[in-house]
Amino acid sequence: MLEIRNLHATVDDKPILRGINLTVKAGEVHAIMGPNGSGKSTLAHVLAGRDRYIVTDGEVRYDALNLLDMPPEERARAGIFLAFQYPVEIPGVSNVYLLKAALNAIRKHRGEPALDAMDFLALVKDKLKLMGMDPSLLYRSVNEGFSGGEKKRNEILQMAVLEPRLAILDETDSGLDIDALKIVANGIETMRSPERAIVLVTHYQRLLNYIVPDQVHVMAQGRIVMSGGRELALELESRGYAWIETQAATQAEAAP
Amino acid sequence: MATQAHKLDELISQNYQHGFYTFVETDTVPCGLSEGVIRMISVMKDEPEFMREWRLKAYRHWLTMSEPHWATVKHPPIDYQDIAYYSAPRSQKGGPKTLDEVDPELLRTYEKLGVPLQERALLAGVAVDAVFDSVSVATTFKQKLGELGIIFCSFSEAVREHPDLVQQYLGTVVPYTDNFFATLNSAVFSDGSFCYIPPGVRCPMELSTYFRINAQKTGQFERTLIIADEGAYVSYLEGCTAPMRDENQLHAAVVELIALEGAQIKYSTVQNWYPGDKEGKGGIYNFVTKRGDCRGARSKISWTQVETGSAITWKYPSVILRGDHSVGEFFSVALTNHYQQADTGTKMTHIGRYTKSTILSKGISAGHGQNAYRGLVKVAKSAIGARNYSQCDSLLLGDKCAAHTFPYIEVKNPTARVEHEASTSRIGEDQLFYCQSRGISAEDAVSMIVNGFCREVFKELPMEFEVEAQKLLGVSLEGSIG
Repeated sequence: MLEIRNLHATVDDKPILRGINLTVKAGEVHAIMGPNGSGKSTLAHVLAGRDRYIVTDGEVRYDALNLLDMPPEERARAGIFLAFQYPVEIPGVSNVYLLKAALNAIRKHRGEPALDAMDFLALVKDKLKLMGMDPSLLYRSVNEGFSGGEKKRNEILQMAVLEPRLAILDETDSGLDIDALKIVANGIETMRSPERAIVLVTHYQRLLNYIVPDQVHVMAQGRIVMSGGRELALELESRGYAWIETQAATQAEAAP
Repeated sequence: MATQAHKLDELISQNYQHGFYTFVETDTVPCGLSEGVIRMISVMKDEPEFMREWRLKAYRHWLTMSEPHWATVKHPPIDYQDIAYYSAPRSQKGGPKTLDEVDPELLRTYEKLGVPLQERALLAGVAVDAVFDSVSVATTFKQKLGELGIIFCSFSEAVREHPDLVQQYLGTVVPYTDNFFATLNSAVFSDGSFCYIPPGVRCPMELSTYFRINAQKTGQFERTLIIADEGAYVSYLEGCTAPMRDENQLHAAVVELIALEGAQIKYSTVQNWYPGDKEGKGGIYNFVTKRGDCRGARSKISWTQVETGSAITWKYPSVILRGDHSVGEFFSVALTNHYQQADTGTKMTHIGRYTKSTILSKGISAGHGQNAYRGLVKVAKSAIGARNYSQCDSLLLGDKCAAHTFPYIEVKNPTARVEHEASTSRIGEDQLFYCQSRGISAEDAVSMIVNGFCREVFKELPMEFEVEAQKLLGVSLEGSIG
């Protein structure tokens, strides 16, 4: 479903991604781990189409589409979803309004009729229950005055409503207490399906206790330096990231 | 509903949808201004002596004044001798007695604008007075309102039918000596709306005036006078459009509101005069004086305005808080795109004890737009316990536009409490990307974010206008992001 080849990207002329290769198939869950500043979040944003990041080399295929040629809204309509590490506040725009506009834009793209207010509310209320969220959050301004945990849950709520084919979750577990983490993890887990791929960007292993990934990748200095199964995450937890950094430095020297 | 959806499509497909011209024969006085012209207007309108004299006094005073230039707007000099001060569709001569007598061509114009005088009024329960160039063409629901003792008619009719009321209140809020444009209006005003709500009556429907400038090289100088007698309530809406023309047209209106003891007036405007083209050519100069007088105790006047049109907007809807415990409110959204300029705000003058005022201003600048908030909060020595809260927020789209804020505060009573908050922000790249990453186009995202920014003001509008205002904002922002 997703094929990343030799992806290089810079921000403000500073190279951040330095040759990422990654293949994600439908039905798989991939975890991308790594120390702060290794380029994990940049990768997530580049895939979603943030224009602050300049792609300088490489290509990204999403099914038959050349992803890098598409503006962010077209990527979203084609089924890509990014859950933000820091969800953005939009004063005066109600949560439910944004969600409805988003869903109907995506449905329109798929050639489906727009959902009317009643059907839409029924759908959203279902998903709210799943996320253990208070319905009053729907009528508050997008993320304004939400607690850290509410913001993260709100991201997963959006994902549950929009039903993407490729979900990229950028540090969705950070800043959550253990109860909230369980709810969020459960929300993600219910999204797992043979047609859908999920990419979890995370700093810690603990989320992976609830969502068992098919593959774990470790990033350092803009590259994936190690890939493996679930056990790699556990090893990272016990050994820390320091040895990965050393590994990355060696690899960089070996690179042409 | 179907027409609403249809209208939205039209709105999106065009930049300025009201830019058509209606071919009707007109009686237009020759360009230029003199005592003769003023007498001619007065004679054509069959006015009583007091009215004619008032106009002439204003004209003589106007000759001693000069055009003000303190606002942050720029325009080439206006040649006041090159403007026709009165233009009326010929078929209106004598004035229609009922809607059936109104020229069908005019009715079609209003239908095109989305103001079908008959059906829409019936459906929406809004009584409409429509002003075409200089004369009022029709007032709906007159009879139903009449049963409650409410007078809602064109200004000319009020002068003829209710001269006592006109004479008693005209110029008592905005005197003919007030300012250059108001004085000019006092001399040459052609028509407008008049409304009187008797004591204790709550007007059961929204009253509305729809202004349309049609003829070329004419100025529109209408005058609105609204009086809410003791304990009365009225909500009043004003909408405006004009054809697209290359030259600038002058619109210098005056609105006077009077609220007696315990009365309440809510005045809402959605102003969509032709703003000129993308290069700043053409458009309406909107130089308007609007002022309300809370004359009685516990009276209340609220101004809500959504200003998206005009090449230049110069207006400061104000409230004089004379009665004890009276309340003044000003809620404003002003948007400037392309080369539009707006200098707008309010004046709250606290005279009575425990008077309260609220100012909420949202300015949005896009393109090369210039947007200034100018406000004065004045607390007189007599205003014990006066309170004011002001909030002025500016939103910038792009880097060629500008926002200015000029708050003036004069407090002469130590017990007064005055608060002012201001903010300026740019539409966040983060906000835009967040919406886009949810499948929403950049253009829709901007419109959504801007509408969110204006939310607090929009909710003050009557419901029907609220929807209109949101759509209008979306259309006015078209092409504002590259």
